[in-house]
Amino acid sequence: MREGTMDALLVVEDIHKRYGKEEVLKGVSFQLRKGETKVIIGPSGTGKSTLLRCINRLTEPDRGRVWLEGVEVTSRKVDINRIRAQIGFVFQDFNLFTHLTALGNVRLGPMRVLGMRKEEATKLAQEELARVGLADKADAFPAQLSGGQQQRVSIARALAMNPKLILFDEPTSALDPELIGEVLEVMIQLAKDGMTMIVVTHEMGFARSVADEIIFMEKGVIVEQGPPAQLFSAPKHPRTAEFLSKITELYGGTEE
Amino acid sequence: MTGFYFEWSFLPKLAQGLLLTVEITAACIAFGFVLGVLLALGRVYGGRLISIPCGIYIHFFRGTPLLTQLFIVYFGLPNWGIQLSAFLSGVLALGLNTAAYQAEYFRGAIQAVKRGQMMAARALGMSRVQAIFHVILPQAFRIVIPSWSNELILMLKYSSIVYSIALLDLMGMGKRIAARNFNYFEVFVVVALFYLVLVLALSQSLRWLERRVRVPGLGAPGLR
Amino acid sequence: MEFFLKLGQVGHHLPMLMRASLVNLELLGALLVIGFLIGTLVALLQVYGGRVLSTVAFVYEWIFRSIPALVLLFLFYYGPSHFGIDVQAFLAASLALGFRSSAYQSQIFRGAIQAIPSGQMVAARALGMSRLSAIRHVILPQAFRLAIPGWSNEYSSVVKDTTLAYAVTLNEIMRYAKTIMDRQYDLAMATFIVVALVFLVFTYSGNALLGLVERRFRIPGLQMPGATGAIL
Repeated sequence: MREGTMDALLVVEDIHKRYGKEEVLKGVSFQLRKGETKVIIGPSGTGKSTLLRCINRLTEPDRGRVWLEGVEVTSRKVDINRIRAQIGFVFQDFNLFTHLTALGNVRLGPMRVLGMRKEEATKLAQEELARVGLADKADAFPAQLSGGQQQRVSIARALAMNPKLILFDEPTSALDPELIGEVLEVMIQLAKDGMTMIVVTHEMGFARSVADEIIFMEKGVIVEQGPPAQLFSAPKHPRTAEFLSKITELYGGTEE
Repeated sequence: MTGFYFEWSFLPKLAQGLLLTVEITAACIAFGFVLGVLLALGRVYGGRLISIPCGIYIHFFRGTPLLTQLFIVYFGLPNWGIQLSAFLSGVLALGLNTAAYQAEYFRGAIQAVKRGQMMAARALGMSRVQAIFHVILPQAFRIVIPSWSNELILMLKYSSIVYSIALLDLMGMGKRIAARNFNYFEVFVVVALFYLVLVLALSQSLRWLERRVRVPGLGAPGLR
Repeated sequence: MEFFLKLGQVGHHLPMLMRASLVNLELLGALLVIGFLIGTLVALLQVYGGRVLSTVAFVYEWIFRSIPALVLLFLFYYGPSHFGIDVQAFLAASLALGFRSSAYQSQIFRGAIQAIPSGQMVAARALGMSRLSAIRHVILPQAFRLAIPGWSNEYSSVVKDTTLAYAVTLNEIMRYAKTIMDRQYDLAMATFIVVALVFLVFTYSGNALLGLVERRFRIPGLQMPGATGAIL
């Protein structure tokens, strides 16, 4: 491990991933400090989601390494399930367990992975559901919830595991516009509470107001990264400027 | 292990049995096909007067064991003065049975043909019968191929039941040889292999047939 | 009509016939349980096993689906004696029909497992669940619910197949019916009609029961995509 990364929660080093003939990630590296919120933006299909999935090895990188608090995630010898239990993941398609109620979804991880007793896990699940504003929907099945509600349950599910960081893979892209707000609200509160987060998103308003650092990726590489103020007002790279102006036009992005 | 006692002289006899099996299967499937289509048409297009008896028939023959049906035909009919040969009894019982299953498959296929097809045919001036014959059935027959193939293979295996009325099909012949030579294990391993090969050959041929008659855009809903 | 007279005569035998039918039901229970346990295992191996295991599982399925039930019954009943082991009719029939059913049930379960969106497994793994744990807590609970209609079909099929055990001297209902007929030939039709009706009752009540089970365990939003039409 390199110098100066001692205080980093997450270190991602030189990730490469190829699908067939196409190389989707061409050597991506960055670090994440505790409590930091990083937002990754960029045109579709540039490997942003793949990058996230490489971090907890839901997708295996071809090359490159990842460390979580000094433990090498990418090593063959590591117990990947233990690692994944420490990293929360929120999917674009929610992926709630269809056969379980909201409560069931949130307490499954604590019960079956963390070994909590049912009563403890249930109490914890109820707290997390309340935290995302869905205490009254505990007994509803996913099919009975709106998209925004499902995504919030999905966040509660990740939170119940008491993760060291949470990865958000385009959490609002599959939502109807009027439901996006409720999810972003939860995420903003999480950031305020000090949760370490990496968010892949198109929501520029969110990026601008919440991110500690923004990473702009295109064609499998990081083009530019820096604090929002810098990127939005004085981008160093022409592509960054181009992309941001197009997006800001399209999404009208000021506040959420 | 006490050795494998199987004489090559058994093979021609088994082949004879195989031939009878194929004959019986072909005959009952053909019978079942014709009756099945009629029953299906009756269920879909017949008024209450026709569709209800058809329904009762189908429920009876699908809800009761094949062996029972076979014995009803072979042992029961004589009670009513009808005496049929073992071969005819076998074909009839199997045929009546498969007709009920095929009827349900055809019914599903007919109902899977898009509504608009019948409307378009009638709009051209075709009578109902013409429309069924020239527009609906040709499509339904393509849609039904997977289910029908399944049924054919199923009947091939179930035809073995006729051994119980002393017919010397593959199963009956096998039992006879085994009983005479006390080598049940060996004979039936070979009989099993015969059936395996037969089933394999049949499934491959049916798959070829399906590809031959395939029409783009026409398939059962849910089929890839 | 004369026929109803005959039916009346058969009525005297009804208690014994019903007692014999219990054997069919016992066989049904045994073979369904064997079929369920092995079928689930085979399906899991086909979907999640590596190349070797899944190939073995597929070959197993093919063999037990392609060999007629009667041939299997004979192999399991007479076969062991070739190796010096004596096998009782009930055990032989349960194993033969059980393994056969496992091949059909594995197909049903495999279809159900594959109908579950892949995101479910991914989400479970993302939580840190092992594959086995995910299969147990996320996949199977959904797969079994999805499999109920197809399983109903299998039930209807095998309840009638229990009569085939007649061929290996099991004292089930058809064997008893035949003895009635052997004693009084003119009762043949009536007797077998009664047997047929008994099976109609077994089939329909079984299906009704399974329908209740399906409703009891139904979850909104959990269903097979598109048309079903489970065919055996």
